[in-house]
Amino acid sequence: MENSRRRFLKNAGFSILGVGAGSMLIGLSAHTSKAVSPDAGQRPQFSMGDKAMEAERWGMVVDTRKLNDSICRKMQEACHSIHNVPEPVGESAQRDQIIKWIWPTEFQHAFPSQEVEFLAEDAAHRPVVVLCNHCDNPPCVRACPTRATFKRERDGIVMMDFHRCIGCRFCMAACPFGARSFNFRDPRPDIEDENPDFPTRMRGVVEKCNFCAERLAVGKKPACVEASDGALTFGDLNDPDSDVRKLLAEKYAIRRKPNLGTFPSVFYIV
Amino acid sequence: MNDKNKIITGLVIFFLVVLFPFWFNLIFGAADASTAPEPELTEKAEKAETCVAETEHMRTEHMQILDQWRDTVVRDGQRIYVAENGKEYDPSLSNTCMDCHSNKEKFCDRCHNYASVNPYCWDCHTYPEETE
Ligand code: SF4
Ligand code: SF4
Ligand code: SF4
Repeated sequence: MENSRRRFLKNAGFSILGVGAGSMLIGLSAHTSKAVSPDAGQRPQFSMGDKAMEAERWGMVVDTRKLNDSICRKMQEACHSIHNVPEPVGESAQRDQIIKWIWPTEFQHAFPSQEVEFLAEDAAHRPVVVLCNHCDNPPCVRACPTRATFKRERDGIVMMDFHRCIGCRFCMAACPFGARSFNFRDPRPDIEDENPDFPTRMRGVVEKCNFCAERLAVGKKPACVEASDGALTFGDLNDPDSDVRKLLAEKYAIRRKPNLGTFPSVFYIV
Repeated sequence: MNDKNKIITGLVIFFLVVLFPFWFNLIFGAADASTAPEPELTEKAEKAETCVAETEHMRTEHMQILDQWRDTVVRDGQRIYVAENGKEYDPSLSNTCMDCHSNKEKFCDRCHNYASVNPYCWDCHTYPEETE
């Protein structure tokens, strides 16, 4: 009795050890065979491509002296049509639910902190075109809980990953420039001519200007710059020889709400 | 011992009920539910002969590839994809995948419907309108 129990326990112990070691060996061999699978040498790769325009910090200079209503409309039309921004008409066009990436406003609204008493009438109402400033210190990025809004460290563009956005609108509360819009309803019915090369958005997602990242990637300047008749200049703010830096070195330019410390990358010559 | 017949009848009924899904499917379901769908290729897709990866790989892993494309394009801004076969592609669902597979209903939807998955790609990404 004593003896057989002892033998049983011994056998059981060895079997457990054997099974454990065996499964470990099987696991190991499966692992190594995976590591030397045939395509290990030629994994798919991503790259920027040769055509892409690159910069350390993209920026824009707006010459407000060259702006008028029709140029502003042209720029907005160019941007909104290629980016599938809905233009609701009729009943659904509620003023507080409009979606805009770039839009004209008046000097006094664009620069509320530029407090000038007795500002000349024509200066106060002069058209100024505004868009996301792609701030160097963007509060919208800090507010976003999902990192759907992020700053591309490579070129300073404040981007949105629409896939990730949960529509909490924290970023809209954080942005002091009102640069962001929210899709209160499905935008598709309000898009007249859908551009098949760019996605639309869905209900419950925030959107804004992306500095035409998709165009820069293929070597094109932003659409609004091309449509601006020379009022807008685009370039690398960190390159002293770029068009924007040359312009800034020559002309007096201001930024919107500089006292807030967001360091906008869009400058205005007044 | 006297209940032998009753027990056997009971057992038969029990197994019939328990195995209901199996024999029901064998007899009535064979025609549609149990045959796997055949996604159709367009002419263009057939001519291309190879996708961005092997067919087998695409069948099981296309969603991972799309996820990787999405993150790399949107977050890293890298918009050129060099596939295993050495060819360059624009990593874009609307512009590359749907360029060949322009028959969403007969390609994407067939399997997705069969497997009862409902990907939300199409909430934002466009696909070519089918002419037929
Ligand atoms: S303008 Fe607003 S949305 Fe654009 S980067 Fe600055 S804070 Fe963010
Ligand atoms: S609305 Fe979207 S982008 Fe804005 S903070 Fe929320 S998740 Fe981020
Ligand atoms: S830079 Fe591009 S996305 Fe931004 S306002 Fe201009 S056209 Fe629109």
